[in-house]
Amino acid sequence: MNLLILILVPIITALAVLMMRNNNLVRWTAFIGSGIQLLLSLGLYYAFNQARAHGETSQMLFEQKTELFKSWNISLHLGVDGISVAMILLTSFVVVAGVLMSWKVEKMTKEFFFLLILLSMGAYGFFISLDLFILFFFLEVAVIPKYLLIGIWGSGKKEYSANKLALMLMGGSALVLLGLLGLYLSAGKTFDLIQLSQIQIPVRTQMICYPLLFVGFGIFTALFPFHTWVPDGHSSAPTAGSMFLAGISMKLGGYGCLRVATYLMPEGAHEYANIVIVLSTIAIFYGAFATMMQTDLKYINAYSSVSHCGFVLLGIGMLTKVAITGAVMQMVSHGLMTALFFAVIGMIYERTHTRQVNEMGGLLKVMPFTITLLFIVGFCSLGLPGLSGFVAEMTIFMGAWEHPDTFHRVATVLACMSIVVTAVYILRAVGKTAMGPLKEEYNHLTDATWNEKLAAIVLMIGILAIGLAPGWLNQLVSPGAEVIMQKLK
Amino acid sequence: MNDFFILMKPELMIVAIIFILLFLKLGKGLSNNSLLLVIQILLLWNFASGFLMNATGHLFNDMYQTNAMMSLQKNILNGGVLLIALIFTEWFQKCEHLSEFFVLMLSALLGMFFLISSGNLLMFYLSIELATIPVAALANFHLDKKVSSEAAMKMILSSAFSSGVLLFGISLMYGTTGTLNFAAIPALLDGSALQIMAFVFLFTAFAFKMSIVPFHLWTADVYEGSPIAVTSFLSVISKGAIAFVFISTLYKVFQPYHTIWYSMVMVLSIVTMITGNLFALRQQNIKRFLAFSSIAQVGFILVGISSNSIQGTTSVIYFILIYIFSNLAAFGVAGLISFFTGKERIDDYKGLYRTNPFLSWILALSLFSLAGIPPTAGFFGKLFLLTSGAATGSYLFIGIAAINMIISLYYYLRVVRAVFMDTNESPVEKITIHPMTRIAFIFCGAGIVLTGIMSWLYDSIKALVN
Repeated sequence: MNLLILILVPIITALAVLMMRNNNLVRWTAFIGSGIQLLLSLGLYYAFNQARAHGETSQMLFEQKTELFKSWNISLHLGVDGISVAMILLTSFVVVAGVLMSWKVEKMTKEFFFLLILLSMGAYGFFISLDLFILFFFLEVAVIPKYLLIGIWGSGKKEYSANKLALMLMGGSALVLLGLLGLYLSAGKTFDLIQLSQIQIPVRTQMICYPLLFVGFGIFTALFPFHTWVPDGHSSAPTAGSMFLAGISMKLGGYGCLRVATYLMPEGAHEYANIVIVLSTIAIFYGAFATMMQTDLKYINAYSSVSHCGFVLLGIGMLTKVAITGAVMQMVSHGLMTALFFAVIGMIYERTHTRQVNEMGGLLKVMPFTITLLFIVGFCSLGLPGLSGFVAEMTIFMGAWEHPDTFHRVATVLACMSIVVTAVYILRAVGKTAMGPLKEEYNHLTDATWNEKLAAIVLMIGILAIGLAPGWLNQLVSPGAEVIMQKLK
Repeated sequence: MNDFFILMKPELMIVAIIFILLFLKLGKGLSNNSLLLVIQILLLWNFASGFLMNATGHLFNDMYQTNAMMSLQKNILNGGVLLIALIFTEWFQKCEHLSEFFVLMLSALLGMFFLISSGNLLMFYLSIELATIPVAALANFHLDKKVSSEAAMKMILSSAFSSGVLLFGISLMYGTTGTLNFAAIPALLDGSALQIMAFVFLFTAFAFKMSIVPFHLWTADVYEGSPIAVTSFLSVISKGAIAFVFISTLYKVFQPYHTIWYSMVMVLSIVTMITGNLFALRQQNIKRFLAFSSIAQVGFILVGISSNSIQGTTSVIYFILIYIFSNLAAFGVAGLISFFTGKERIDDYKGLYRTNPFLSWILALSLFSLAGIPPTAGFFGKLFLLTSGAATGSYLFIGIAAINMIISLYYYLRVVRAVFMDTNESPVEKITIHPMTRIAFIFCGAGIVLTGIMSWLYDSIKALVN
């Protein structure tokens, strides 16, 4: 399978969207384009498994390399392993759902879908590139669409949030850039991930570049104390924008922390692992308690995202194979779950025109489909067995428990305890929204429309596929984690 | 004699166009519109022929030298002038003294060509004057506006001052080395105090022309007061030419002083970036805003210059090529809006997208390119400057440059936000764009997007650099 097609399809879709004359055509073009991309991702998963089953053992599959800037030794080097395939699957599910959830966007429809597809192109490119320069390029491609999506189509204090998000993410990119330049200059003037992984990067460089890269990517994935863009950005964004931000964009950071920082610099990873664990435990706890205080549904999900993404970083910081597998599974699971959560919030907000939990109540009577979804994502978020959240978090805890010392144990126990807090805020929010007496003015509300149902079903398929039969994801991811672990030892 | 025509082809072409314009002016037969069309065609022909039959060699006892890299640099400037002639079509059509305008502009361009090709300090001084004095006359081209005269006055006084400094440097240099020839100077540099002082004076003259902080104070006022076509010529073409010469002078002639000028360039670069950025944050007038942002861009060019390597030269040329597209597009949009509505404040741009989507996209694209955001070419340009600077330089320096990229993003986004997000009760009305202008904008837009993606361009520039 030629991986270039994964970048070309979004580009063609985006250009086709610009050509379309009326809004309906725009929507359908975006939907068909992202649908094709979903099929391609499933095809990629199938082809990947086939190749592995036929004994293909090389680290990266479907590799291809085209030289771009010869004088800098930069090339368009593409390739995937199990981790990237998992992330690509996640992206394509969220993109389809996001496009479907934006069916009612009437303001500058064409531009809206163009930016959505451009953003997804950045994510696809990021996950398949094996050249750090190209990877950085795609990381930054995704920043401006986010800025415009929030700033133009957002709500509330959108300008402030958009600015904050763009500047903080650019700050993260600047750190990543410095880290990459450090790697490039001290390790043989190459940006190639595979080549870099084969040479011993000087320990001194690792001590400087690891924190730069980890914090830089960490800002994208809400590393404490750089998480402050998350609540504002998510709550101000339009529905699809929040879905993309939490479902895809935050995962770019986690993937970068794992693939670039931890994989390439094992000594650095060991040196700084404890700091990572402390910070991510704080994020898990702080995020959970901060959520307790929120009354706005979007803020609830945004702060709980801080908490859940803390698990990703915790898994990476634990540096065991199982924990890293769990971290990747948590990325996929949280991406699907939070995208669905934001979709449901969008559906509710569109009808009730409020996101305040206290102003709702009894909505289960008028919109059974939507509220049932809310229940399901709520349970997924608090880690109920049978749904994806449980599988991922459980794997991280199992991996973390492999460390026998007190420090790791304490961190793990604390992280486990946060689940209780999660249960408190989720059950309270869901209960207040769904149960109780129905307000007069909500009597006439209608349930989800076809596009919303379809979006929800797409995401539900993902959540259930991981929750009920986690084996396939585990098998997909753990060989990739194994490779990283070999380098770490 | 044959050599003369082949080697000096770019200069002779410009001289020929200047003479054609003068004859056309004598004839008085042409209306402004058709004269402009003739000029545009001539400039297009000039630009196209700039790619052909470029030779390497020197003339007049090494006073004049040329090679493939210099031909490329000259042709980049040719392209920039062509774009200016296209973008401001409607302003030129209303312009009272059209042929004089272009005679002056092309004379300045001729000066820059000689500047790039100069192989001797005297030649260097003459051509830098030729490149400056006509521009001062151009700055005064709004004959009925007081600010325009003020701008011209400021420009001519500051240039005179910098010329004085330059001449002083040249005479000291001659006194200590006994030669004016670029090729002979490096061997005679012995590091005596007087010689270093001469070098600092020469360096200062460059800093004046490139508006490097602390020699930048004339820039914003001149940019604001001049007609916008002149402003864009000053900020793009003039600055580009000086940067080309600056880099080759430092690398070739003053290579023995590498350690000295490295620290000078580094300090000035940091100061320039920070000052340019901080002042740009507070500007309300779009021309002043672009002026300060272009000062900050010079700081980034200095990062590339500090690298003292072939990669440094290449990335500076590459960056300036991209900078021409981006800055001309930005100035073009600002100029068009100012010409039709007289609005120059950033607040007036609020809601521009509703009335002028095409102009808004071009403006956004150029600002993103100036800020260095992918997928625009500015991303590659800036990154290569930083990478080549990091290859030989201090890491902290590159860190400061990276922080400045974030600051600059903030103010570029301020304009984007005004254009796309803010609402306005009386937005800029719909502007009908002249076809020529539209072509130029599309060309700029394509340049901004494609220069980065066509990666072989960088490699082929590098092949020309020697």
